[in-house]
Amino acid sequence: MSAATHTKKVRRFNPDRDVKEWHGKYLPYDLVKEGIIAVVVVSLLTVGLTVLFGSPDDTPVTVKSWSTANPVDFVQTAITELDGSSGTASYGPPYNATAGASPSILGVSPASFFGVHHPIDTANDFVIAPLKTLPSDPKVQAAISEYNAATPQQQAAWTTAYEKAVANATYTNGTLKVPAGDYGPVGTMMASLASMARSGALDGALMSSRQFYGTDYTKPLMLIADGTYLADLGHAQHLSGDQWGMMNETGNYPGQAWLWLYTMWYQVPPFKTSANADLQVWGLMMVLTLLLALVPFIPGLRSIPRWTRLYRLIWRQHYRDLAAGSASSGRSPPTASSVPPASVST
Amino acid sequence: MTIDTDLPSNVAADRPEDADQLTAKLRHAAVAALPPERLMPDRQPAYVASWIYVFGILTMSALAVVILTGIVLSIFGPLWWHVSSTGHFVNSLHLWSVELMFFAMVIHLWGKFFMAAWRGRRRATWITGIVAFVLSVGTAFTGYLSQQNFDSQWISTQAKDGINSTGAGAVFNVLNFGQMLMWHIVLLPLIVGVIVAIHVLMVRLRGVVPPFAPPGEPVTSTEPVTIGAATEGDES
Amino acid sequence: MQTLSTALIQVLGSVFNLTGPGHYINWGFIQLSVANLIVIILMVIVFFAAILIPFRRHGGDDR
Ligand code: HEM
Repeated sequence: MSAATHTKKVRRFNPDRDVKEWHGKYLPYDLVKEGIIAVVVVSLLTVGLTVLFGSPDDTPVTVKSWSTANPVDFVQTAITELDGSSGTASYGPPYNATAGASPSILGVSPASFFGVHHPIDTANDFVIAPLKTLPSDPKVQAAISEYNAATPQQQAAWTTAYEKAVANATYTNGTLKVPAGDYGPVGTMMASLASMARSGALDGALMSSRQFYGTDYTKPLMLIADGTYLADLGHAQHLSGDQWGMMNETGNYPGQAWLWLYTMWYQVPPFKTSANADLQVWGLMMVLTLLLALVPFIPGLRSIPRWTRLYRLIWRQHYRDLAAGSASSGRSPPTASSVPPASVST
Repeated sequence: MTIDTDLPSNVAADRPEDADQLTAKLRHAAVAALPPERLMPDRQPAYVASWIYVFGILTMSALAVVILTGIVLSIFGPLWWHVSSTGHFVNSLHLWSVELMFFAMVIHLWGKFFMAAWRGRRRATWITGIVAFVLSVGTAFTGYLSQQNFDSQWISTQAKDGINSTGAGAVFNVLNFGQMLMWHIVLLPLIVGVIVAIHVLMVRLRGVVPPFAPPGEPVTSTEPVTIGAATEGDES
Repeated sequence: MQTLSTALIQVLGSVFNLTGPGHYINWGFIQLSVANLIVIILMVIVFFAAILIPFRRHGGDDR
């Protein structure tokens, strides 16, 4: 503080904000020894827990494993990608421009504000482009050409017809059986996509469309998440959002228990049924986190420790010393520089 | 313990002509704020007598084990622990040390709350603690996304909706494994490390918070709180 | 040597395998995995133990 700002402001002592600094007794306390013991204890506990329990590593779902385990779900999902009715297709920003899809509070939608950043055109990215990587199959290429050349109305008529038919599809002996219908080239396209998926080729086509090395799994993950297969696996392990799933881990392992409050909001009204729950809960958690950080400034909240009196247990030796009249004898600390010079600080 | 060095003893001469040297100024400021006896005190106030005080150090120790096991995982690369039982063992060490770190951190937080350990210009310590907590949650989260297993797929596809709703999804793409791995092993550990360092230096700077006045004594002391001249530093 | 390495792998592969169907509890709208519940209960226990168990100060009464 410079001399210019030497004006003395005086305010009342507030026990929840201010404290009389200590001029009483100091006792030996070996911080480094404490630290070494702590590292040893934590290391032993870590090794012990590891030897006892290990850690989970459930194999990931691939488009191949999904379409092999549940080919009908795969095709039912794929047709919604083609006709633009899937979860991804209607997601809105940051994946596509679907209007009004992003959560908003009081008419403000941050996702819409920031716009599309990881563009996904589901019909092209998930269906047509992968099928085009099969040039040796003239039947498929002809079907794509026919589909692309058709009017949007015609395309919609085909995909609607297919969507109806595929609801009753079966998969037996390696072939997809979709009841007959007026769905033009879409039947050929979907059948090829299904066999491409089952061969594992679709996993690669979704990833490597841009370059050799791939570390961005946005597209295959979005496709897989549109189906019910992944959702069912998660639900079976109590991982769904409506099962407090965010704090859970696969198997019997503890998970992110510290997310309890975040995941709790999704279970209670109004968030439970709100279309804007994601934004509302995130907004709420940001406000609550800010409140927690600012507890020292918030009257009432900062008095809770004094009111609960748990501190009397924590410092019971100190209060006993005080009662015995031995602590605040005003003795100086061992080195003058080891205490703040001010007697009261705020 | 002594360490031999050939350093001449006059390298910090503090001559008048060096007074406006930045190095000298910085050294003076640092030493004034945290002289060795305050940085590594061998005594603590008599009221520091509870097991609750060890949970900060326990959190730090767990963080050290987390970082150490994370370094071993990094040496061998992201695929290693899925194909090697030794790798899986190290992964388990990493996971359990994280669980222990949060365990200790939450108890540390509870303890500091019920001691109202922000009193007397210690608010920055409290706030950096909360920031460390939030950043640790983010670090653990990106760790889950970096596992390349069912967990990562599930957590990323679930979490994307909340993060996208805030607009952060424009930059922070939880479905992008490469990006999440970078956040997990470079950016967030770096920031957590810096924040924890500031947090602990704040504790050393201010000293451990004294207890509340005993219930008998009047809590509103007659002593007024003086801001500015009487207290050191500029925080009020 | 053979038995040693198999024993080692067994240890590395964890004594109690926690993979497999999980256990959960339902209290009204609260759903928790038993594993998380144990962690939370332990946290509360350790917190109160840390407060209640006497901490021996060093150096006795004076310096
Ligand atoms: C990465 C996480 C953290 C680490 C490594 C850490 C470490 C430490 C250490 C070593 C101390 C000194 C020893 C002690 O009193 O326990 C301390 C003190 C403190 N911590 Fe933390 N801490 C962390 C998180 C937190 C959190 C989440 C809070 C809650 C807001 C917090 C609040 C405090 C406060 C207020 C003090 C000062 C205590 C006093 O003056 O008596 N810390 N921390």
